[in-house]
Amino acid sequence: MSTPKRRTIKTDYLARVEGEGAMSVRLVDGKVDEVELRIFEPPRFFEALLRGRSFLEAPDITSRICGICPVAYQMSAVNAMEDVCGVEVSEPIRLLRRLLYCGEWIESHALHVYMLHAPDFLGYEGAVEMAREHPDVVQRGLSLKKTGNELMIVIGGREIHPVNVKVGGFYRAPTRKELGTLVEPLERAREAAVETVRWTAGFEFPERAVDCELVALTEPDAYAIEDGRVASDRGLDVAVDEYEQHFYEEHVARSNALHSRRTGGGTYLCGPLARYALGAERLSPLAREVAGEVGLEVPCRDAFRSIVVRGVELVYACDEALRLIAEYEEPDAPAADLEPRAGVGHGATEAPRGLLYHRYELDAEGTIIDAKIVPPTAQNQLAIEEDLRQVVDRYHELSDDELRHVCEQAIRNYDPCISCATHFLDLEIVRA
Amino acid sequence: MTRTVVIGVGNSFRGDDAAGREVARRVRERVSDELEVVVCELEPTRLIDAWDGAGLALVVDAVASDAEPGTVHRFDATSDALPSREFRSSTHALGIGETIELARAIGKLPARIVVLGIEGETFGSGTELSAAAQEGVERAVEVVLEEAGCTSRR
Repeated sequence: MSTPKRRTIKTDYLARVEGEGAMSVRLVDGKVDEVELRIFEPPRFFEALLRGRSFLEAPDITSRICGICPVAYQMSAVNAMEDVCGVEVSEPIRLLRRLLYCGEWIESHALHVYMLHAPDFLGYEGAVEMAREHPDVVQRGLSLKKTGNELMIVIGGREIHPVNVKVGGFYRAPTRKELGTLVEPLERAREAAVETVRWTAGFEFPERAVDCELVALTEPDAYAIEDGRVASDRGLDVAVDEYEQHFYEEHVARSNALHSRRTGGGTYLCGPLARYALGAERLSPLAREVAGEVGLEVPCRDAFRSIVVRGVELVYACDEALRLIAEYEEPDAPAADLEPRAGVGHGATEAPRGLLYHRYELDAEGTIIDAKIVPPTAQNQLAIEEDLRQVVDRYHELSDDELRHVCEQAIRNYDPCISCATHFLDLEIVRA
Repeated sequence: MTRTVVIGVGNSFRGDDAAGREVARRVRERVSDELEVVVCELEPTRLIDAWDGAGLALVVDAVASDAEPGTVHRFDATSDALPSREFRSSTHALGIGETIELARAIGKLPARIVVLGIEGETFGSGTELSAAAQEGVERAVEVVLEEAGCTSRR
């Protein structure tokens, strides 16, 4: 009897993802035996931390979960709190939230596309090495990111962890004049975003497709960002408060993050591919035109091409921000009056990485009794593992170093935010 | 006259990680009229914007190497990359060393850049600095003022 041919590949630290974690792949006789993502950033017990705190503190506390997508946490939190209190904010406040969120999409997507993901396609170790040979390209990415920062500063008060967001609205609404200062930078950013789509669409792609269900928020008249219904490409269409009837979390021993599944056991994916699949027709004319020009199909199921989809979303975020600024009317009051009441509230928004769900239970005084936060990377973890399994199956004949690189790239396709998911990377390939 | 900027970097909710911010705050209190002071989290575009065009940038951050807590490391990064042992990359994808190299590659470094690293002891959740880090902060403030050539000390 022959001994199975075992092969081990190991990377101790996966670079260019947000946060810290590890991945290992085990092959027996060239077949994938096991793929696992491990999370070793300490568990962030934000849900426990929230219990006993005032409902008004939730946006500021949860924004600390992530330095890349704090607005997403704030927006899902305020949606949920306003749901408990039975308050609907005025249209100008809702649109101001959407504008702030556009700033976060621009910041986050520019960082991922230019600094973290593009070096994979161009064969560089990282952004620094890429910058030495393509300084103008990196400069374009930094300028885009800076425009997102500026938007966050004007509306949110600062570029990371905005301080101007509260349950009910904002502490202070910006003036038309203040927003007017953003028009020129956003117009330049929109041109840079169009160039981003053309540049990334020219990369070489391995032509692969993910076959899981695609889940995103949808709205009838807009590309969903700050609110919407939970929908999928397989017919799901439910209100946010029904989310937990259709998705559940399970604890997996190797990981500090909970793994999300569709009720019935299926794997699903949220994020840019899902949003684009479900909402492409509601993108702005310019974003659709640029996507069409580079031949980006709807739906796009190629996770490697998610970099192009992020580019299209960059165009949209700049375009949408300009529209919102042009139509902005200063609200009568920067925030809605609201009183706490006992009950349960739900909130979901589209973080740059995908759907972010919050649920809170409050007592009559507004004290948080229970909190549940389901971040996009935790929801995507199973889909990433499944995709990785297929990638290893297809590329197992590569050398260990080459295979490791392909696997890392496959993971970065999903822009995992491990800080958020801890409730999630080094890479280990074991050829056993 | 060339511009001098002091940049304090860190997370104010992660214990000694806030040491660099604290140095910048104290420098601002002492010589606000002489120096431009920026307090921020480690965010690459913000850092590059802060030091672009300056004659001298003094960047203060917390570090975790194997040195005695409170030790103030000094590195001149004007022509050489920072040592990776002291300045490991952050969870925000680009650490301070990478940000400096990125800026060097695209021609956005100040004429001189000096990085002060305060050896931290604890980096857990919390807003308090350890006693060792506080001593390091006091020493680093003096080094910053000295390097910046400030006249109105105390």
